[in-house]
Amino acid sequence: MHELSIAMSIIGMATEEVARHGGTQVNAVHLKLGSLSGVVKDALLFSYEAACQDTPLQGSRLVIEEVPVVVYCPTCRKEQTLASIQFFYCPVCATPTPEVLRGVELEVTALEIQ
Amino acid sequence: MMSSSRLVEVRQNVLKQNDALARRLRERFAQSGVYVVSLVSSPGAGKTAFLEKTLARLRSRARVAALVGDLATDNDAARLARTEVPVRQITTGTVCHLEAAMVERALEGWELGELDCLFIENVGNLVCPSSYDLGENMRLVLMSVTEGEDKPLKYPTIFNTADLAVITKIDLAAAVEFDLSAAHKSIQSVRPGMAVMEVSAKTGQGMDEWLQLLGLRFSSQA
Repeated sequence: MHELSIAMSIIGMATEEVARHGGTQVNAVHLKLGSLSGVVKDALLFSYEAACQDTPLQGSRLVIEEVPVVVYCPTCRKEQTLASIQFFYCPVCATPTPEVLRGVELEVTALEIQ
Repeated sequence: MMSSSRLVEVRQNVLKQNDALARRLRERFAQSGVYVVSLVSSPGAGKTAFLEKTLARLRSRARVAALVGDLATDNDAARLARTEVPVRQITTGTVCHLEAAMVERALEGWELGELDCLFIENVGNLVCPSSYDLGENMRLVLMSVTEGEDKPLKYPTIFNTADLAVITKIDLAAAVEFDLSAAHKSIQSVRPGMAVMEVSAKTGQGMDEWLQLLGLRFSSQA
């Protein structure tokens, strides 16, 4: 369980950003979370709420956009989205697809501040 | 007042501090000519035994050292120190994985230019270490035959981020009716094309192949 330390990093980052943008309060943090990021959504949401206590983010929402794994299929010669991170095979032609294009994101994309 | 709320774009990687530090470490390792291998596995998969044998066999041909991470105790460092190579313990307290900053701190005072190969044994954990780059050149994921063939399917992320899978305690495979082909299939399913080694630190089986592969990787870098 490293979601608590991830939540604290998000809060630290958001606290700096809100000051930089001249705000005083964060209403929401938007986060991209890849299936291969190694971070569990529910555990992160739970940790986030706890970690926000007594910070400028108290009461804010963490809005998570889940990003599935997108690979490059050398046979189809195009991007394909995997249904599961357990099977790195092209969903169309079953070619092994080790080349990951998206799905490792753990990125704060935007803040709603006031 | 909610009405005054505005949206600002940020686009920042949450792990950017660790990633930046890992990049710096990787550059430092490259400049010093030291090849860095990290090891991850669940607790008890045999990382320390594997490393012990690796260090003992390498030390006559290369200048090697190891960092070893655990929540508590320096038992592993004491074990590895018997191989008479420089070893340092990183005690993480309650942290379930190593981070680049811990590696950097543990290296203080070591002359990296005097090393050919550095091993970093992570805390026994197949989940959290996957998110943290340590600046290593090669990440090994170990699984023992007593853990079950589907371990990679249960922990796909760590297997996906590794460069080489090592199946340990292979001498016990028959006793525990380990299905090797099923294990290989699980590994290839989560990381197609990944090289896999089958080893026993106890009998030495597979250790020549492992050392040969390691030698090839680090001489191709030098």
